[in-house]
Amino acid sequence: MHLPILSIVTFLPLVGALLILVMPGEGDQLAKSARWIALITTMLDLAVSLAIWAGFDGNSAAFQFQEKANWLGFGISYHMGVDGISVLFVVLTAGLMPFCILASWESIRTRVAEYMIAFLVLETLMIGVFCALDLVLFYVFFEGGLIPMFLIIGVWGGVRRVYASFKFFLYTLLGSALMLLAILWMYLYAGTTDIAVMLKSAHFPVAMQAFLWFAFLASFAVKMPMWPVHTWLPDAHVEAPTAGSVILAGILLKMGGYGFLRFSVPMFASASHSFAPFIFVLSIMAIVYTSFVALAQEDMKKLIAYSSVAHMGFVTMGIFSLTHQGIEGGIYQMLSHGVVSGALFLCVGVIYDRMHTREIAAYGGLVARMPVYAACLMVFTLANVGLPGTGGFVGEFLTMLGTFRVNTWVVIFAATGAILSAAYMLYLYWRVIFGRLVKPALQTIQDLSLRELAILSPLVIITLIMGVYPNFVFDVTHASVANLVHQSQLAMAQESKPSLEGGGVNHSVRAGR
Amino acid sequence: MNALSSDLLTLLPELVLAVSAMALLMFGAFRGERSASLTTWVAVVLLVVVAYLLIATGAPKGTAFHGAFIVDGFTRFAEILVLLGSVLALVMSSRYLEDLRLARFEYPVLILLATLGMLLMVSAASFIALYMGLELQSLALYVLAAFHRDSQRSTEAGLKYFVLGALSSGMMLYGISLIYGFTGSIGFTAVAQVVRASGAGIGVIFGIVFLISGLAFKVSAVPFHMWTPDVYEGAPTPVTALFSMAPKAAAMALFLRAILTSFPSATPQWQQIVWAVSVLSMFLGAFAAIGQTNIKRFMAYSSIANMGYVLIGLAAGSAQGVQGALIYLLIYIVTNAGAFGVILAMRRSGVMVEEIADLSGLARTRPGLALVFAMMMLSLAGIPPLAGFFAKFYVFLAAIDAHQYVLAVLGVLASVIGAYYYLRIVKIMYFDEPAPAFDEQLTVSLNTVLVGSSLFTFFFIVGAAPLVALAGAAAKTLVP
Repeated sequence: MHLPILSIVTFLPLVGALLILVMPGEGDQLAKSARWIALITTMLDLAVSLAIWAGFDGNSAAFQFQEKANWLGFGISYHMGVDGISVLFVVLTAGLMPFCILASWESIRTRVAEYMIAFLVLETLMIGVFCALDLVLFYVFFEGGLIPMFLIIGVWGGVRRVYASFKFFLYTLLGSALMLLAILWMYLYAGTTDIAVMLKSAHFPVAMQAFLWFAFLASFAVKMPMWPVHTWLPDAHVEAPTAGSVILAGILLKMGGYGFLRFSVPMFASASHSFAPFIFVLSIMAIVYTSFVALAQEDMKKLIAYSSVAHMGFVTMGIFSLTHQGIEGGIYQMLSHGVVSGALFLCVGVIYDRMHTREIAAYGGLVARMPVYAACLMVFTLANVGLPGTGGFVGEFLTMLGTFRVNTWVVIFAATGAILSAAYMLYLYWRVIFGRLVKPALQTIQDLSLRELAILSPLVIITLIMGVYPNFVFDVTHASVANLVHQSQLAMAQESKPSLEGGGVNHSVRAGR
Repeated sequence: MNALSSDLLTLLPELVLAVSAMALLMFGAFRGERSASLTTWVAVVLLVVVAYLLIATGAPKGTAFHGAFIVDGFTRFAEILVLLGSVLALVMSSRYLEDLRLARFEYPVLILLATLGMLLMVSAASFIALYMGLELQSLALYVLAAFHRDSQRSTEAGLKYFVLGALSSGMMLYGISLIYGFTGSIGFTAVAQVVRASGAGIGVIFGIVFLISGLAFKVSAVPFHMWTPDVYEGAPTPVTALFSMAPKAAAMALFLRAILTSFPSATPQWQQIVWAVSVLSMFLGAFAAIGQTNIKRFMAYSSIANMGYVLIGLAAGSAQGVQGALIYLLIYIVTNAGAFGVILAMRRSGVMVEEIADLSGLARTRPGLALVFAMMMLSLAGIPPLAGFFAKFYVFLAAIDAHQYVLAVLGVLASVIGAYYYLRIVKIMYFDEPAPAFDEQLTVSLNTVLVGSSLFTFFFIVGAAPLVALAGAAAKTLVP
């Protein structure tokens, strides 16, 4: 049959990791070959993912490039496939990885081979999450990602790395453990864990949906992270090495949003509808509260981490508006935030490599010595604020537009968040870049090196393209999101019937199991 | 005569083991101390031959000796688990015993006898056969625990194990006598018929309680776990490895069969006891392991917690539960073998070290060893994609299928707490500053165990289907 291209894009990094593992050599020699193998592998993987994007048919809402093989039996199989919702996350993941490897090129000096192995294994697991069309397979990838991330934070992290890595691991594990039980329950009810089959034909009873919905929420809310279970994120971000932060903000956080779109909204449609106001409240809290918290931060990474929580608030709000614009805006917001926040962490990494501090107070007036850096950071800052013309605007605007159709008050509060984000980001930019360069340590600071420029300039371009030509994303997502909204409405319509007719439909669903 | 020969044929593997164990004992007695290494390898070969007999002879199914023993798919699966545990423990022990001048021919012979006892335990179909197998196993294990007779801790461990083991045997015997007294029979199926016909009276219930107490002691489930950390710590490390694998599998298989075939109609009565024992084991194991500084005590609490998860399978009381328990035991045995393989490699200038702190920075001094141990710890914590995840997956699946929702939720909560202490080991190996390195060279057999168990743990995800199907078929023979 056709080439198993999704398996290739998923497991190619693992091959690279094995290659590094068996690589002979010692010390610097090994480190050098590990870096190059990692870079080449991630670039190849990016090429494969772009090929998938190119071959993707945006007019169809069906799962494409499907692969299916026997795995555990009894309805649990190795099933891979992508649709318009997931394919771009695969590209995003594969796209950010080479930047991560390049960003670690010089800043990681100890145990380089192990570092690269951890990143490549992580890439496999992350891409697997977006490609998996089987619940158990999804869970394996989703949870497996904790191990390499735990090691990345704990081994190559900052001073409080142990605390941060444990908090990250246990928080996420606790959330996911409940999801595992929900998955088992769904499996026993539907007789299969095939996501495609479940989307098509499994109708869970309303009472069951509520439990399942909350179990999935426990996992995705932590991953997202939503207020009030976001507290692991600032710790993890601050302690992680630069590339670790990029992956955390760029991709790991998106798994939560992806999970909502893949499971909560279509499979538990009625629960999603009933609990949407609850999500709105949490989203508003995230947007407003964490924006204020961000305003008060002294540490650059922490500030960006809190801004991530706020931006993810827009995503959850958009998704649970259950409107076409809201959901598509949520996807767009996740993609653009993946690029922008990743880029912001890379920017912080640039000056951290020079000064070895992330204290905002340690900087000031950088524009005098680092004009190119200042320009790059300006683009990402404004994109994070959501200025029209940058990628951040489209997502925020659409999520608010979608939610506006459902609930005006929510949008009013959310809009204040947009203002607050301008406040904390510009305040950050002002303190770091402008003013007089008076600090003696900064007198000799160098502008971007060629390697750093090579990292940041593609991201600048992507950010600007996303701002002015969002259709290259919407061409892909449109059909799938339309289908998702349609499915959700259909399910709602079905569910509202039994309450009118006295529960007859519910019975027939059980019998048809 | 004909009936006798068919009985003998049914128990052929056990008979082969019994006869050859005695022959090996004679051989060792005449050859003296020099034969230690030879007898060890002969014992390994013997166990493998028995395993081959079990698999290859097509296993005559049925009962033997007037229903005292039964051979079916469940028996076979459990027997293979027992043999696997014994072989792994025996293979790992050679070097260690030589170091401590413990290399005596009695050691492999005792393991063979203990294994024989375990094989009888898992094929027991009546309470007398059950007790006989159990005692044969226990007596051999008491001696093994005290095998390092110049060491105070080892003899103390042996004595402690003996006294508490005798107490639990007494309790179990008391329970059996109650069951016999109130039902008038000792065969599992005969008891089941009586209980079904006349209901579980107060006498039978008392019997069940005492029986479960005795069995819980053997699988070291809370509240009968107290001996475990002391015995694990005091016994010579290869013996500890054995304790954590084969006897656990045998006792758990016995637990499953004795309860599920004798009292299917009294399920609500025993289910609540097993439920409580399971939850207590999971939580006590998880919390108590956090504060440990000795790696063997740590593994003891890990054992206790893991047995709690296996008991979820029993509490489910279904074929699915038995399947989950069997898969769990298989994965648990292999993972534990890998973990104890690393613990056996913890030597500095020829002396064993046992503190968890000795593992500090192992990832930098011995990356391979650290990787194996980290994998085993994460597998025991149940993190995918490692084998341990699937162990937990199938017992939780059974629990939910049996509508034991609370048990399942408590189980995952305990597993998150458990993840903390397993992660702590990973943290010590990977994040902390290196302690002085361990001795370089490992024996070939130890290396084989380490590599084998790592490959199993890592690649279980790929080849799980046939093993799951086998366990499912085995479970079907116990609970149709």
